[in-house]
Amino acid sequence: MSTFIVAGLLLVLLGLAYQLGWSKSRALSTPQGVRVHSRGQYHGALVALWTLVPAVLVLGVWAFFSPGVTHWYTVSQIPADVLASLDQVGLNQQMQRIRDLASGFGVTGELRTFEEAAGQNLARFQLLSFLIMLAAAAGLGVLGLTFARRRINPRLRARNEVERAISWGLIACSAVAILTTMGIVASLVTEAFRFFTYINPLDFFFGTVWAPKFSSTGAGDAGQYGLLPLLTGTLMISAIAMLVAVPVGLMTAIYLNQYAHANLRKVVKPIIEILAGIPTIVYGFFALVTVGPFLRDFGNTIGLSISATSALTAGLVMGVMIIPFISSLSDDILNQVPRTLRDGAYGLGATQSETIRNVLLPAALPGIVGAFLLAVSRAIGETMIVVLAAGNAPILRGNPLEPVSTITVSIVNQLTGDTDFTGPQSLVAFALGLTLFIMTLCLNIVALYIVRRFREQYE
Amino acid sequence: MDMLAGKVKMTAQTVDAAMNAAINPAANLAQLVDRPIRLTARDVTVHYGAKQALHGISIDIPDRAVTAFIGPSGCGKSTFLRCINRMNDTIEGARVGGTILLDGENIYDPDLDVVELRARVGMVFQKPNPFPKSIYDNVAYGARIHGLARNKTDLDEIVVSSLRKAGLFEEVKDRLNEPGTGLSGGQQQRLCIARAIAVGPEVILMDEPCSALDPIATAIIEELIDELRENYTIVIVTHSMQQAARVSQRTAFFHLGNLIEQGVTEDIFTNPVNKQTQDYIMGRIG
Repeated sequence: MSTFIVAGLLLVLLGLAYQLGWSKSRALSTPQGVRVHSRGQYHGALVALWTLVPAVLVLGVWAFFSPGVTHWYTVSQIPADVLASLDQVGLNQQMQRIRDLASGFGVTGELRTFEEAAGQNLARFQLLSFLIMLAAAAGLGVLGLTFARRRINPRLRARNEVERAISWGLIACSAVAILTTMGIVASLVTEAFRFFTYINPLDFFFGTVWAPKFSSTGAGDAGQYGLLPLLTGTLMISAIAMLVAVPVGLMTAIYLNQYAHANLRKVVKPIIEILAGIPTIVYGFFALVTVGPFLRDFGNTIGLSISATSALTAGLVMGVMIIPFISSLSDDILNQVPRTLRDGAYGLGATQSETIRNVLLPAALPGIVGAFLLAVSRAIGETMIVVLAAGNAPILRGNPLEPVSTITVSIVNQLTGDTDFTGPQSLVAFALGLTLFIMTLCLNIVALYIVRRFREQYE
Repeated sequence: MDMLAGKVKMTAQTVDAAMNAAINPAANLAQLVDRPIRLTARDVTVHYGAKQALHGISIDIPDRAVTAFIGPSGCGKSTFLRCINRMNDTIEGARVGGTILLDGENIYDPDLDVVELRARVGMVFQKPNPFPKSIYDNVAYGARIHGLARNKTDLDEIVVSSLRKAGLFEEVKDRLNEPGTGLSGGQQQRLCIARAIAVGPEVILMDEPCSALDPIATAIIEELIDELRENYTIVIVTHSMQQAARVSQRTAFFHLGNLIEQGVTEDIFTNPVNKQTQDYIMGRIG
């Protein structure tokens, strides 16, 4: 409720400020011969900004401090003798009771006298502080409005100031994304270091046995955390996926780009891109229910024992998932190869396939390799398909026909159920996540470097 | 019928040229009289989708001479050039009508092999377009795909002689393995000419070959075109009337998809019959 009041108030102020700035600006340009630097809409926008920014700042300050102040006030409402008899848990319960009374939610059990008074006081305090905040925000907003409106004169460079404000707004938005990423990386690194205080990094990175013991089985032995079985599983499934996706995706791109008629391309390209929009969990149960049993039966008929859930199943389905990714990236890159190069080859009497093999693909190769690397990093980070279809068998072996496990699957396993983050059982997830992150980061850096070099060549 | 029309026309032209030669006894005109007709186009039309780009072009192109197509931008001269080796086939939605005969053979015959045609009719493009390969591989490319060389020695010979004919060999002989894209613009264009020559064509089409080059590189290419005339039938599209006057023996003026006037270059420039040709040459259109 109060959020709507604040938002409504801000909107009204904003509209009013814009109108006031704009109308004053119009009044400026009425006398003949006066050259106004900025147009009316910029004066309006500038006044609106001067109104909005102080008001929002007040709201921000209030949002930051009000929980602490409310907490302090609530505590102050509890009589000293009661307060002395409470431990931390008791205090929390007591404060919750007072808050429930204040919000009109009500409490169970016997109502103590000081509680009722405290509830009423708290409700009054909250209303009062909200109104003060509202008045302060509105007051500062109006102050800003008046100040900015008085600044309006023909020489005011409102346009430049508004443009600068816009660029600061954009910087703030991108800072959010960057800071969030940095925060995630920082937490990954610190938590991974906490994990390494339990387990020797050498045992983690070069260990060949993955056998974590859950803390509920008793203290003492935490199990073994060898990365290699998971790493080989991840790499094996990614390799199978790329074996499927690269030829099919690349051929699709070549067909669509060079052979397909425009009308066909208009229909087929969106359909392929729809494949990219299927949720991976759907691919996962497709692998589990259809592809896995099919592979097992097919294996039986030719005398091979293939598990229904195996690296092969997961890899094949993941390959299908990546096809649209590779084909649409490769298609874009093929489009960037200048037409004059193709003409040159045709002009020498090269056939279509000769032109593609000898001229188009070599020219597009760096970009296509970049696309492949981006696809690999997707395959490495993919989770849902492998959770369902890879069999979850973290054992070091080289046979793709048997169940394996991957880094992502192990993170899922370690974090389901047991999430107190005090022992290596759950902290290992951060070490695994960090490993994954570093792998995909390196792949992406290499891929972007290659793609960029390719772009420079033809611009 | 078309063949017959071509012959009748040719006779008329031969008489024409002979008369011109009598009035203006320039050496190259005298040569031109004996030149047989290599290419004959009759009522060639081109549509790009619903838009008609060429409205019935008929022209005869003599052997071992330079024929220039001039005209303002968008007049269809490049479009017509691209009909001669069927490069318009590679453009989606392009339709070509009429007939073009190369040595009496219809190049739009469904039985004709386009690959073979393009080996006989080479092309040099507006923007130098060397492949992202070494200089050697650029020149060797056509010879390789057409299987012209039996062994490495043959191929070396083809590459060296093509580079020589294109006047590039002396400049690049020490760096044949370096990428062709590292050469200067003028050198790249001569590399593209060498690449076209290496296939052993009879006709070379040039689509504004100097428009991306500086004046010095242009002069070198023009000199080269003049030398190549000894052995090849050359058709050149150019924006520059001076260039047409310098390098060509015959000129055709295109305007808005029509062939307005054609004839011996000196006549076109000194004594144009058509008003539009006159205006273009005087700089009043285009």
